[in-house]
Amino acid sequence: MTATSPTRRAPLLTLYAACVFAFVYLPIIVLILYSFNRDGVGGFPPRHFTFDWYRQLFADGPIWDSVLNSLFVAAGSVVLSLTLGLLAALALDRADFPGKALFRRLVLLPLILPGIITGLSLLMFAVFAHVQLSLFTVFLGHGTALISVATTELFAGLQKMDRAQEEASLDLGATPWQTFWRVTLPNLKLSMIAAGLLIFTLSMDEIAVTFFLIGRDNTLPLEIWGRLRRGITPEINAVSTLIFAVSVALIIIWYRVRTRGLGAEAQELIETP
Amino acid sequence: MFSRAYKTLVSLPPLLWVGLFLLLPYALMFAHSFWAVKDGLLVHQWNLDNYHTLFAKPVYIEVLLRTMRIAASVTFCSLLLGYPLAYYLSFHSGGRKELLYQLVVVPLWVSYLVRGYAWKTILGSEGVLNSFLQYLHLTHEPVSFLLYSPFAVVLMLTHIYTPFVFLPIYAALEHIPRPLVEASQDLGASSTQTFLRVILPLSLPGLIAGATFAFVLSLGDFLAPLLVGGASGTMIANVVQSLFGAAYDWPLGAAISVCILFVVISLLFLTERLEKRWSFK
Amino acid sequence: MSSVGANSLHPSHTPTTALLEIRGVSKCFGRRDVLKGVSLSIASGEFLTLLGESGSGKTTLLRLIAGFEQPSAGEIWMGGERLDTLPPYKRRVNTVFQHYALFPHLSVRDNVAYGLRVKNTPAAEIGDRVDQSLRMVKMEEFAASRPSKLSGGQQQRVALARALVNRPQLLLLDEPLSALDANLRKQMQGELKSLQRELGITFLFVTHDQEEAMALSDRIALLRDGALEQVATAREIYAHPATAYTAQFIGQTNLLQGEIRGSIATCGVLRWPLDAPDGLAIFSLRPEAIRLCAGGGRQATEVKFRASIRQQLYGGSSELLEVDCGAGQFLRVRIPVHGPLSGEHDFVFSIADAVRVQE
Repeated sequence: MTATSPTRRAPLLTLYAACVFAFVYLPIIVLILYSFNRDGVGGFPPRHFTFDWYRQLFADGPIWDSVLNSLFVAAGSVVLSLTLGLLAALALDRADFPGKALFRRLVLLPLILPGIITGLSLLMFAVFAHVQLSLFTVFLGHGTALISVATTELFAGLQKMDRAQEEASLDLGATPWQTFWRVTLPNLKLSMIAAGLLIFTLSMDEIAVTFFLIGRDNTLPLEIWGRLRRGITPEINAVSTLIFAVSVALIIIWYRVRTRGLGAEAQELIETP
Repeated sequence: MFSRAYKTLVSLPPLLWVGLFLLLPYALMFAHSFWAVKDGLLVHQWNLDNYHTLFAKPVYIEVLLRTMRIAASVTFCSLLLGYPLAYYLSFHSGGRKELLYQLVVVPLWVSYLVRGYAWKTILGSEGVLNSFLQYLHLTHEPVSFLLYSPFAVVLMLTHIYTPFVFLPIYAALEHIPRPLVEASQDLGASSTQTFLRVILPLSLPGLIAGATFAFVLSLGDFLAPLLVGGASGTMIANVVQSLFGAAYDWPLGAAISVCILFVVISLLFLTERLEKRWSFK
Repeated sequence: MSSVGANSLHPSHTPTTALLEIRGVSKCFGRRDVLKGVSLSIASGEFLTLLGESGSGKTTLLRLIAGFEQPSAGEIWMGGERLDTLPPYKRRVNTVFQHYALFPHLSVRDNVAYGLRVKNTPAAEIGDRVDQSLRMVKMEEFAASRPSKLSGGQQQRVALARALVNRPQLLLLDEPLSALDANLRKQMQGELKSLQRELGITFLFVTHDQEEAMALSDRIALLRDGALEQVATAREIYAHPATAYTAQFIGQTNLLQGEIRGSIATCGVLRWPLDAPDGLAIFSLRPEAIRLCAGGGRQATEVKFRASIRQQLYGGSSELLEVDCGAGQFLRVRIPVHGPLSGEHDFVFSIADAVRVQE
């Protein structure tokens, strides 16, 4: 039956949960609040509302250069890790080869390993291979480390998929190649979008691996990092607020996509007798 | 149903890529840990000196132990915050469940650096918290122990990993079939008994997964100590980072990294077995 | 089946020693009324079945009694005590869940001991009662197994032992056999029935399977859209369905729409004398009430008609015919195995078997 258990009141637990939410959100709210504070970071209560820090931020050339760099790296990482992640997920799902168990663990390792280990390993590899550190090495690092995210997400998508659909396609005379493009890939659309958004965000935010692979041009997090070393300015609050806003926008886009997908699925269910 | 060509086509590129850009770099790190530096130059001379230094000098062991203490505190605090939150959402949030879930997930998408920076502005001696306390006349002098201490590192990392710990626990709780909870009540168990005897044991795999995640990632963190930790909050990864930077002793840094890797992998191995033992599907 | 016999003599008789009394219970989820003022009493030691289609509210009624839901209106009483205000764990009621709800992290033995442990029963007593309970369902040898290692039928037995070890006054069973295959289900039906008679515990059984309901129950309460359609013994409800819905839901039937005028009932080509006021009427005529008429005349209490065979379905022990009486009137007829039939034949049924039912 569809009936669910009645929710019993638990006032203490509710209060505790509210406190945890406060703990999680308070720093973010403080950060946003002080980006509009004329007198800078700190000082309570904040007074003298201003957009000055945003004005200063928009005139700040190096920040926007680093944003562009980050966007390039993130876009490249999405393409690279989605492609390789899709193949890896397909391989894990349907091929057998020696060392498969090792391969599975290795692919997923950057997901659970502290970033410094992966970052340093890649640094040593770059030096070993006589590759100059640059945005390109950062892109290679992100793309490789984030294959783990794509593989996890797409493998889950493949597992959920009805294998009979592909069998039906082959049965109806489609070649494996056609089946891949017409059945397998469309089925993975939502997983691809989810993985893509996640990889994009993670790459935009990545700092531990980037730290060791960066050349002369900074990504946004490293640019911020550099300024943090020099001291706190509300300009960083402003840029953080913008990053937060973009993250939230991305989440909203993702839920729109997902609920549309779910809506379509529900529609199908209703229409099937 | 998939041809040999299909399987080869999908397996070969990721295998080669992962072999070249993951396996080889990790192997290089392992190799480095047995090499040496002479006169500021790396020499490929196989030896165990790095490991010997590591265990002979108490400073490394000390930092490693402190790091593990910090990581354990972060894990404990994240569980303390994350588990009740997940339990509340899964069992007591009623119709607001979906919305609250999104609220927990949103901070996951918010930059690590941004969140660390936020704590820096809050905890600093001229920060938000201190000026707030002075505003209320609770203190007259800035409280200085807040920032640049292991406490600040634990606080910042707990803030970052609480949502991470929440996720697997919440997933595990959501997967507990509700009839089991009803069956427990039906058999005469009170809410507390039901929690201790049914819900907690069945959510253990999620709890372990979350705890492992928080512990392992805190263990290798070097940014939080740099941001808010100060000298007393230095962690093992900071040592590695300085060995690869200013101190220029890559082999020793690699040896420490290998040790971290060893700890992490044995932990993963252990928890994977525990999760298997405690999952009953 | 003495109790069934006694009851069938007094079909509308309410048992005097009511264990459970449901008084005007309603339940709505949001704007949806799932139960609409249900009143029902269950006698001590009775095997009562709540029968109904999915969505009829039978499981909801069970959950109200178990305490997993609160009624929107009405009261539930058990043995002189108000039940619906108690939390589930304080009710002397136990449930066998649809998919058993065995605790996956506990062994069979610990599953069965669960109810006793949480009530702090002395360890020695727990051991004895668990053993006894497992013996009762013939599962002693699986005591150490995990539920996931058991077959559906075995899990079913453990679920039963786990509920019964607490010696409930009332056992609720929520479609407990629905997940089993046909043969096993038949076997478990027999075991359930004899277990209930041995223990003398009151069983409230929920099912959507009318055959199962008839095979097991002392009485059947048929639910339709959240209201009770009819409560009676299996024999009574089959032989004298009160409504067209009941007649169709329980067993197969022919519903004859017609009218009564001047003490004559007319349904298409069929006519028979009936002493009732003029008006429209619906009759339920069971397929097996119609017989092939070998020849000769008919008695005054019978209706005879001629019809052509449209379809014949062989069913092993009987045959199901669809016959055309002319004028677009079709009837289903169940006869003993006969051999291939075709063309026109004479059929006959007893007037008493055409049961007048409500809309």
